[in-house]
Amino acid sequence: MKILIKNGHVVDPKNNLDAAMDVLIENKRISKVAKSIADKADQEVDAAGKVVCPGLIDAHVHLRQPGFEYKETVETGLRAALKGGFTGVCPMPNTSPVSDSRSDMEFLLGEARRLSLIRVWPVGAVTLGQEGKELTEFGELKKGGAVALSDDGRPISNSNILRRALEYAKKFDLVIMVHCQDEELFCGGCMNEGVVSTRLGLPGIPVEAESAEVARDIQLADLTGGRLHFCHISSGKSIDLIRQAKSQGSRVTAETCPHYFHLTEEAVLHYRTAAKMNPPLRTAEDVAAVKRALRDGTLDILSTDHAPHSENEKDAEFDKAPFGITGLETSLGLSLALVKEGVISLKELIDKMSAKPAGILKIDRGHLSPGAPADVTVFDPELEWTVDKKEFESKSSNTPFLGKKLKGRATDVFCDGRWVMKNGKIA
Amino acid sequence: MIRPGKRENKDPDGARWMRKDLLSLEELSREEIELVLDTAESFKEVSSRDIKKVPALRGKTIANLFFESSTRTRTSFELAAKRLSADIVNFSSTGSSTSKGESLRDTARNIEAMHIDTIVMRHSSSGSAEYLARSIRAGVINAGDGIHEHPTQGLLDIFTIREKKKKIEGLRVCLVGDILHSRVARSNIWGLKKLGAKVTVCGPPTLIPRGIETLGVEVCYDLDRAVQDQDVLNILRIQLERQRGVFFPSIREYAAEYGISKERMKQAKSDVIIMHPGPVNRGVELAGEVADGPQSVILDQVTNGVAVRMAVLFLTTLVER
Repeated sequence: MKILIKNGHVVDPKNNLDAAMDVLIENKRISKVAKSIADKADQEVDAAGKVVCPGLIDAHVHLRQPGFEYKETVETGLRAALKGGFTGVCPMPNTSPVSDSRSDMEFLLGEARRLSLIRVWPVGAVTLGQEGKELTEFGELKKGGAVALSDDGRPISNSNILRRALEYAKKFDLVIMVHCQDEELFCGGCMNEGVVSTRLGLPGIPVEAESAEVARDIQLADLTGGRLHFCHISSGKSIDLIRQAKSQGSRVTAETCPHYFHLTEEAVLHYRTAAKMNPPLRTAEDVAAVKRALRDGTLDILSTDHAPHSENEKDAEFDKAPFGITGLETSLGLSLALVKEGVISLKELIDKMSAKPAGILKIDRGHLSPGAPADVTVFDPELEWTVDKKEFESKSSNTPFLGKKLKGRATDVFCDGRWVMKNGKIA
Repeated sequence: MIRPGKRENKDPDGARWMRKDLLSLEELSREEIELVLDTAESFKEVSSRDIKKVPALRGKTIANLFFESSTRTRTSFELAAKRLSADIVNFSSTGSSTSKGESLRDTARNIEAMHIDTIVMRHSSSGSAEYLARSIRAGVINAGDGIHEHPTQGLLDIFTIREKKKKIEGLRVCLVGDILHSRVARSNIWGLKKLGAKVTVCGPPTLIPRGIETLGVEVCYDLDRAVQDQDVLNILRIQLERQRGVFFPSIREYAAEYGISKERMKQAKSDVIIMHPGPVNRGVELAGEVADGPQSVILDQVTNGVAVRMAVLFLTTLVER
């Protein structure tokens, strides 16, 4: 079986490709990337005017299964990811029960195999029940398919536990993804602490609840030599610390999400629960700092922190509504704005959404080298569309971007050589 | 000046009231605030009559929906509604469907289904009043939402100041105590600033919220300095159990640093007025002698509260939906 993607603009940062080229897929693998491939193929895709890149990878999503199937399931989550142009996602383990055992990893892989849409690379919990007390069986988790470990949603407050986790994970070469939140400074807050929280009378979360823990975690990464990845960085203060740490050789990486470079705390005005997430939206200065850090590489990758919640849960008093917004279906359009604005190049964007996440997770993806598994995303960077909740594949639609006009959308996706999305329609 | 049943409420200066809800003083213009105050003035006389009733809201139904305990505010609204001849019903959260897990939206929609015209709500969540107003068609009067605003308290405070000082513009008003957790403080700040007063907030640094200066107020941590040139001291109630230990070490030290004592009153202007939204912790934020003294207008605030709430219910309930 041969599929030829013709006339597209190939962007493959790892192989330093950024030109008009064709891509030939043969037997589930990339067989050739070159100008004007003349091979006869079983199927052809005309990608004129479109970008052809290694499949996008989201290193941070919440698929909610098991336990919260009313918010999302593996199936609806993967369909949402596919619609967004992703060929693989990393679900966080804050399910119910917490995904902290090998069988939990195997359940996710089994679901993905059964659905045959895109890939799941599970993230196992660092501590049993995400309680921050006892380490999970890292070796077993890895055998079950875990590519990373995280207690995301909750911080690992006990410094000694995180130290030991970072040390022990070295044996398995697993990265620990940390959700930085000093619980005492967080203190029941529900939005960024500052002028807007004062006006709205909402309990605030100071920036330092994030940055103080970032500072501690850098120290622990240095102490242990373990691989540490900062989830959803939202503030300039945290970024400054990470930048300095990287310049001094610390083994840390970091991600941010589209909402942290599109929105400020003002999005919360009128108690809009659709803009309630953790970490919270910050100020215009933080947005500028996030963009600078994306440009200079302090922030390595873009994730979505896709966090679906039901309408009932979000339709509530602000302090009672849960944290989190969906992101899989809007991520590419929102992120392409960075290219349009001149913050980063298209190649850098693909790097941050594909090659770099693969590198952090140590999975052989994120490039179009001959012989590589054929995970390919094709998107139209000029396609204009409006975010509409009726069109979501996700079970939930809790996003502050409803009604927003975006430019750029995935049209075709290949996963493992299977043409899983054809011209915007999931096969 | 005010004719009951008129659909469009206009004052002689032409200010119009178009709101079915009163959610905050932040959202009101100076003209709207003055319209409420003027309307309240004409209603104040009603309460001193032998027959304390006008037929302004006859046939209208108002619901008190209090999710936090309150005697003063709830009673004040109840009297205000009754003196306007409205029917008023009281829902309290204890033992009601909310304690059985019903959402605020469902509770309110059920009440609305009984054809209530206006809901007066107190709730522990900031923004709950705005949320409710968005969710239902009935009018919503915010009787205190979390630590956000308590607009009728702000209005009755301003009404009382205007009554005593004959103006607001240029007056120096100091709010003393727990600014961070005070919905009364936020409503006072917005209302007073819009009417041209100079506002100072004074309290321990732990109880002054970040960025409060952006609202146009001065911040002072030293009460002895703050009291000196004020025309009005509005003393906020300290929440004894909730704040002690983290925000200040002891009631004793709070009283010593931030209590209005007889001694401290000597440094204040001779015509300063003392206000308090109640209930007073005597001997903590306010000495008993001062609360009962000649400069105290605390009971006037309570009296005026009824008139101001009559004005608010009158204006909002008669707006075309």
